[in-house]
Amino acid sequence: MPGWKSDTPTRRRPFLQALPFLLPNLLGFLVFTLLPVLACFALSFTDYQLAPIQHLSQLRERMPFVGAQNFVKLLGWHREAGALVANDPDFWRYLGNTLFLMLGIPISIAGSLFLAILLNQRLRGMTLFRTIYFLPTVSSAVAVCIVWKWVFHQQPNEVGLLNSILMSLGVSSPPDWLGDPAWAKPAFIIMAVWVGVGGYNCVLYLAGLQGIPEEFYEAAALDGAGTWARFRHITWPLLSPTTFFVVTMSIIAGFQGSFLFTAAYLMTGGGPAGATTTLMLYIYNNAISWHQLGYAAAIACVLFVLVFGFTLINWRYGQRLVHYG
Amino acid sequence: MSAAAAKSGPRGRRLLWPVVCYLLLGAVGVTMLLPFAWMVSTSLKAPGYAAEAKPRWLPSEPVTVEIEGRSCRVARLADSPGTRVAVVGYAPGGVEVQVLSPKAHAGERRRVNESDLVFLRRVKLHWENYVTAWRAEGMRVSEAFFGLLHDASAFLVFYLNSIIVSVCVTLGTVFTSSLAAFAFSRMKFPGRDAIFVGYLATLMVPAIVIMLPVYLVLSVLHMTNTYTALIVPAMFSAYGTFLLRQFFMTIPRELEDAAVIDGASPFQIYRHIVLPLSKPALATLTTFVFLHSWNEFLWPLMVVDSLPLKTLPIGLAHFQDAYTTEYHLLMAASVIVMIPVLIVFLIGQRYFVRGIALSGLKG
Repeated sequence: MPGWKSDTPTRRRPFLQALPFLLPNLLGFLVFTLLPVLACFALSFTDYQLAPIQHLSQLRERMPFVGAQNFVKLLGWHREAGALVANDPDFWRYLGNTLFLMLGIPISIAGSLFLAILLNQRLRGMTLFRTIYFLPTVSSAVAVCIVWKWVFHQQPNEVGLLNSILMSLGVSSPPDWLGDPAWAKPAFIIMAVWVGVGGYNCVLYLAGLQGIPEEFYEAAALDGAGTWARFRHITWPLLSPTTFFVVTMSIIAGFQGSFLFTAAYLMTGGGPAGATTTLMLYIYNNAISWHQLGYAAAIACVLFVLVFGFTLINWRYGQRLVHYG
Repeated sequence: MSAAAAKSGPRGRRLLWPVVCYLLLGAVGVTMLLPFAWMVSTSLKAPGYAAEAKPRWLPSEPVTVEIEGRSCRVARLADSPGTRVAVVGYAPGGVEVQVLSPKAHAGERRRVNESDLVFLRRVKLHWENYVTAWRAEGMRVSEAFFGLLHDASAFLVFYLNSIIVSVCVTLGTVFTSSLAAFAFSRMKFPGRDAIFVGYLATLMVPAIVIMLPVYLVLSVLHMTNTYTALIVPAMFSAYGTFLLRQFFMTIPRELEDAAVIDGASPFQIYRHIVLPLSKPALATLTTFVFLHSWNEFLWPLMVVDSLPLKTLPIGLAHFQDAYTTEYHLLMAASVIVMIPVLIVFLIGQRYFVRGIALSGLKG
């Protein structure tokens, strides 16, 4: 292999040599990631209804092409008694729920930053605290949801942990968290913040804080800058790449809401009155419970476009706010 | 920030600052641990005493004695603490009690107001809840693992399934990702960067977009409810490739060049130079993938509905359906499911935390 043994060997390795390394992952990537993404788009233009078939050749006839019908049903409007009505009002409601539940993200991120600053103090026992804060993130989401359902518990003559604490603090009639449509979403936000606040974002912020040279603060202190001024003019700008990353990832994860899917599935079934049904649960219900795979694929595509659009906007405009020091 | 604050601040503030920090850290820590503690407390309570009008932290239940073949609650009189009585019946305007102690009055019957009684409770930890939850009589698995297990406890089957699935997914992911990461970081071939950007772009795709068509194909091929469906689609991770590539890039090329001069093949370089130097990164990815796979909920929920194939998360969800209101058993089962994850996390914590920091880096 003459090319291989030249003085810059890594530059000239041919594709064939890389192939055995690449192939297992690349093949899996093509079959289980890229192809499915394309298939999902294709599926969204069909009216596929899941039913057992005997032979693959039946697949074609089970999958009638319906053009943009799914998207018209999903996103379109029609006139009913003089008023405009959405073809699928549920979709808009569940999109609203998804966005509402994302209100937990800024709370969670601010909390993560606050905890990271506390954890970055030169005090003993910080590893212990960090470990404790991280526990909810690594615990099985199913177990966490079952426990929180129990914490939120409220029945005649039975008071859950949270409400008993609220009552001892003087709240005379605490809410029926998971049974009241007005309180179910705040309950989910509280739980999601509890799970996420000490998790990935906090560790990322901690790493970011540890990368800020101590001299910056010493210099600022000599100039008489107070705690807030040091945070505002040193910590916050120098952490902005981390903030950008954290916000981007949190919002992408927020649209998908896999934790909130688990929570809705286990704690409320999407209720009460659909108050906790997110787009993910709606897709799952369409695909698995109602066997409407075509329609489910259409909703999944809309979700994808939302995430993609957000990421593009964020990349285009959000990055302007990032300070690369 | 604080170190500077402490140096510049007046003496009082220097002493006060750590106290404030610890108070805040402690308050958050307690908030984090409270639901877990409540879970453990409930898991040790007697059936019927899990849910109460006033929640109790210490699992306890009323003290009772047997009188004339009936179980009667024991109380003391509020105005004379030395007197133990047992409630033998309810009468208009009060309750009828029988004195148990002091001995001088034992056996005497009295009529008192219920408000004069202080019912006694005894702390009792019902460890057997864990056995009951583990055995889950309502959901025995008649046959599992291709006929190897008969009439097995459901949680035993869920555990073994989770171990099989997580170990296979972890080994598969680490193996395929490390190979691909080696190609992306140490080799030059046409289209390399384009393919890598393609990998990264798919990190943005919602998982459900990928799951729907794969689920469709599996169900058409009658392959739902198989280990293949649980394991194979999860074995190829763009994220793992990205993480390992980031790390492999930091390994000095000189080491590799020396090996090339000695006539080492690319696979030998991968096997004998890159992998041994990447143990921390591999440990990070292993911890990540294992925990993720162990906790995965949506995908097993979609492709498995047969009990013998359920993994722990969907098995626990099934358990919740079967034992909806038996909170002491639900909490015991939740503890059973959580324990191994916590152990893996505590062991691999260092690598886990590093991995997060690494994935946030630009590259």
